[in-house]
Amino acid sequence: MALEKVLERGKENFSVRNWIEKNRRKATFSNIFEKMIPKILFVISIISVLTTLGIIFTLLFETIEFFKDVSFISFFTGTTLQPLGPNAEFGILPLVTGTLMATGIAMLVAIPIGLMTAVYLSEYASERVRRILKPVLEILAGIPTIVYGFFALTFVTPLLKNFIPGLEPTNILSPGIVMGIMIIPMVASLSEDALSAVPKSLREGALALGATKLEVTWKVVVPAAVSGIVASFVLAVSRAIGETMIVTIASGSSKNFTFDVTQSMQTMTAYIVEVTGGDAPAGSTLYYSLYAVAMTLFVFTLIMNLVAQYISRKLREEY
Amino acid sequence: MKYINHAHTQKRMNIRLLKNAVAKTLFFLATLFGLIVLVALIYRVVTQGVHWIDMDFLTNRLSTDPEKAGIYGAVIGTLWLMAVMAPITLILGVGTAVYLEEYARKNRFHRLIQTNISNLAGVPSVVFGLQGLTVFVRGMELGAVVLAGGLTMSLLVLPIVVVAAQEAIRAVPQYLREASFGMGATKWQTIRNIVLPAALPGILTGVILALSRAVGETAPLVVLGIPALLIPVPDSLFDKFTVLPLQIYYWTLDSALVREYANLAAASIMVLLVILFLMNSIAILIRNKFQRRF
Repeated sequence: MALEKVLERGKENFSVRNWIEKNRRKATFSNIFEKMIPKILFVISIISVLTTLGIIFTLLFETIEFFKDVSFISFFTGTTLQPLGPNAEFGILPLVTGTLMATGIAMLVAIPIGLMTAVYLSEYASERVRRILKPVLEILAGIPTIVYGFFALTFVTPLLKNFIPGLEPTNILSPGIVMGIMIIPMVASLSEDALSAVPKSLREGALALGATKLEVTWKVVVPAAVSGIVASFVLAVSRAIGETMIVTIASGSSKNFTFDVTQSMQTMTAYIVEVTGGDAPAGSTLYYSLYAVAMTLFVFTLIMNLVAQYISRKLREEY
Repeated sequence: MKYINHAHTQKRMNIRLLKNAVAKTLFFLATLFGLIVLVALIYRVVTQGVHWIDMDFLTNRLSTDPEKAGIYGAVIGTLWLMAVMAPITLILGVGTAVYLEEYARKNRFHRLIQTNISNLAGVPSVVFGLQGLTVFVRGMELGAVVLAGGLTMSLLVLPIVVVAAQEAIRAVPQYLREASFGMGATKWQTIRNIVLPAALPGILTGVILALSRAVGETAPLVVLGIPALLIPVPDSLFDKFTVLPLQIYYWTLDSALVREYANLAAASIMVLLVILFLMNSIAILIRNKFQRRF
């Protein structure tokens, strides 16, 4: 075949030199292509870094604009948030307390139940039970937050009202609980990974000394897995701080500075949703306040994530 | 002489075993809690929404009249969003993963990108929304259109796709690459003909899961400024649009005014959950059917 082609070409003024030349050109092209590919891919992978930088710089610049209008101290120590009207005041504390209350309630639900679930799945459950329960948790983790928000407002709040008559129609308690339920699968699955990574020999050693299963779990396995477990708690906190729709729907938009869980409060995330939904005119203090709040939120979650990474990297015990 | 007080030991042992049994029950109940909530949630949504789901609900456009309102526009909007996101996340996600796994030297820069990706995954979605509002909606003056929404959501789920693609590429055994090099293939030829086809099921699973995350995501799109108005069905990248979660959000908020809106929200939730269920099933199907173990 190749020979025929060569002979064919021989009829037109064919020369071996031309032929080699042509092949070399072809090789050069694919060489260039070969060298281009890593550069193209490099540019693509830079995009994720650019996204982060973009987020940081937008937040930073607009936050600086904000602090030209509102003093740094009054923002971080102000207990009144009154973004509209002539006497606008921008104190972030109502939002911070709202966020921390919601997060705290969520953690009270998610941490014990998540950890107990992890222990059950990793230490007690038979293979058959595990195979049924794990997918249930995965489904729970895959339900959109908006659905949880709907559930909190239309089901959990009326339910709680039976026990707490003074509960307002929008309050921080119900979204906090539902947020905790949403986070259970995350705590459970990360903690279970940590528990399962503890070698069997440790358990067998303790069992051989006559410990009961509970004692093995509580005094040997959990302490050995503590770095992974704590890291999962920290990630859960970060997730709760950043959660938006549940609190936006079920906790209303009163910017109360209070610690009463039956009252409506607003979180940082819900504030961002409310203000952008109201279409703040660009350039107003209200508009810049969005970025100041988002910056605070970003810093909170970033610190949490870095702490979680640090814990799971530095405190991990290798077996 | 008795060194061991048998009665005492027996008593202590019984207490310890009782504690163990109580703890086991407690742990089991805690695990069941998730299941109970799931059942309650689905029961609640279905009983409220099932009577509202019919062909009219699926094919009608939005309306202020609860009897006439349908979610056709929101479903089409969701499909548009997916159509924008799929190619972007596929190219960016796979490109980044191939670069990190196949080309990049394991140096500081590699670590920088890797740390960056895991931190990006932890940034609250509402912050991505604000970024999208600043850059795409206002900066590029696109407005709250399909393209702006798709780009914002693509950046949001990018870390998921990158991590999934990295894992899929890492699972391709080294000897396949070496065999390809041995046949005289270049690096790119090896990646294109050997690595990517072998990693494709894993990559596709990751992309579908990322899309299903985006389909359920509400906060960034609210922040982009998609209003609760009656938006016409979009038919280009530069049309305004709405999606199912947003519709659920506005209907839930307005249920205080018009009670039937809560039922519409429940019915939309059912549709949304069915869509997510289908997407996840496809992902699992691809993983089980085409994933080759080496």
